Amino acid sequence: MSKVLMKGNEAIGEAAIRAGALNYFAYPITPQSEVAEYLSRRMPEVGGHFLQGESEVAVSYMIFGAAGCGERVFTTSSSPGISLMSEGISYIIGAECPAVFVNIMRGGPGLGGILPSQADYLQATRGVGHGDCRLLVLAPASVQEAVEMVMTAFPLAEKYRNPVMVLGDGLIGQMMEPVEFPDNLKSAPSNKDDWATNGMDTRGRKTRNLVKSLFLDPVELNEHNLKIKRKYEQMEREEVRFEGYNQDGAYRALIVSFGTMSRVCRTAIDIMKADGLEVAMIRPQTLFPYPLQAVRDAAWKKGCQAVFSIEMNMGQMVEDVRLAVQGRCPVHWYGKCGGEVPTPEEVVETVRAVVQ
Amino acid sequence: MGKTFQKPEALSDQPTHYCPGCTHGVAHRLVAEVIDELGIRGRTVGIAPVGCAVLAYNYFTFDFQEAAHGRAPAMATGIKRSRPDLVVFTYQGDGDLASIGMGEIVHAANRGEKFTTVFINNAVYGMTGGQMAPTTLPDQRTTTSPFGRNVDEVGMPIRVSELLASLQTPAYISRQTVILPKYIVKAKKAIKKAFTYQLENRCYGFVELVSTCPTNWGLTPVDAVKWAQEHMLPYYPLGDLKSPE
Repeated sequence: MSKVLMKGNEAIGEAAIRAGALNYFAYPITPQSEVAEYLSRRMPEVGGHFLQGESEVAVSYMIFGAAGCGERVFTTSSSPGISLMSEGISYIIGAECPAVFVNIMRGGPGLGGILPSQADYLQATRGVGHGDCRLLVLAPASVQEAVEMVMTAFPLAEKYRNPVMVLGDGLIGQMMEPVEFPDNLKSAPSNKDDWATNGMDTRGRKTRNLVKSLFLDPVELNEHNLKIKRKYEQMEREEVRFEGYNQDGAYRALIVSFGTMSRVCRTAIDIMKADGLEVAMIRPQTLFPYPLQAVRDAAWKKGCQAVFSIEMNMGQMVEDVRLAVQGRCPVHWYGKCGGEVPTPEEVVETVRAVVQ
Repeated sequence: MGKTFQKPEALSDQPTHYCPGCTHGVAHRLVAEVIDELGIRGRTVGIAPVGCAVLAYNYFTFDFQEAAHGRAPAMATGIKRSRPDLVVFTYQGDGDLASIGMGEIVHAANRGEKFTTVFINNAVYGMTGGQMAPTTLPDQRTTTSPFGRNVDEVGMPIRVSELLASLQTPAYISRQTVILPKYIVKAKKAIKKAFTYQLENRCYGFVELVSTCPTNWGLTPVDAVKWAQEHMLPYYPLGDLKSPE
């Protein structure tokens, strides 16, 4: 298939359809309302279901209901909306249902602003909701990658029976870029008859299924949590994704950056390289599970004097970078969270201030 | 000799955790009988609320989901929209539906979602220990209105059926009760009607059941029925409030 020029939000909607997710419930919020606008037209064309819910809270339970039936279902929202969905996300994790949540982040706290940010890093990577929650979090750095990650998110959610979040900043949603859609996803969730409330008769099941998150027996609840924990541990073993940049030769500093910010850092690294300063980058593509080992190895490499976590927030991922580096070399943070994206020059200046 | 009376297939053998004199058991049985009679057990999904009926799925023998407090109508919407072939109902109490879940129930009804709601109104929060509900009657004492519901401070009890009946979208809205045998046949008829409208893909169905909570009312089961007759039924009059015909 040839490339098409598409706005990120619309491409995300189309990607979900091509992943066979024909159920979409959403509530409008800037800067991602175009997904709902796009799918309100597109879902009827493909025999899917679109519904604008009355609130993000309600939407998260519409997702839960459909996910509990084993249907591919997703929603998109932005930061304040995700906070409202956090209740439902916790229940979906507790009830072990697969679903996909896309967060096109804007600045906070509170209403914050409507311009791009990465200020929900900690919220997303620490599971969003109450209880022992984790989401598998994918962080795209381009519209193309957003498409690929949305399409990957559904089988991953089904593999783990756990929600997956695609965490993009407002730029990913609003920007237009050439996109090539991968082949339509063919795989259907395989084992849903074991757990989904998809109708006993229609599925030829003899026993009924329950979708629930209540375990009043303390021993049973602990076991349930251990089972969920084992899924997170499996994610840590099997799903870590990252990309390195300018990492092969010797370098004097390491940048860790994700999403749109990593593209700016790439330019900054090119500028410094032209100037004779070698700087490498690790770009986490999964934020949970986090590429701890990759960051550690890159930071501990001989000659690396400092590590920089560059983010569009007030210093969130830097906590994970510090965990990875374990104090072996200084970890610095630079970022902004008002809607401005730090420029390559600012990144260069930040690195230059420490590494001459 | 054939059996003349038996437990509905849709009802499980498990003894319930409900208190003596509680009307949940009757309401459960009516739902189960209707599901049996309509032959829909194999494609029904029930949604349990948060409240005394959170464990309702233990007493039924078909697929069930468990919602968060008040969110059952949103879950039902997600199920019914993604799987219109399934029969879906929510079973909710008055704290769940009329307080924290007021937004979800109003919007589901207003969208004309093709599912059914059985609404248990006993004028009090049951599971959390008898706190005031939006349906608690004026001057009624509860653990959070120890001097009686002061309507100057917290307003009058909400008549949910009337509120939903005021929406312009066609729906079946009925208030019945299960406090005495003479009312139970009518209550069952209303529940069956609501499910039938769903099966015909016709409209949303809502059946309020005025119920008793002897434990949290601090009354014996017999006195609770008397209290419901004297106080609940005048404020919550019985009958169909709206019909799609």
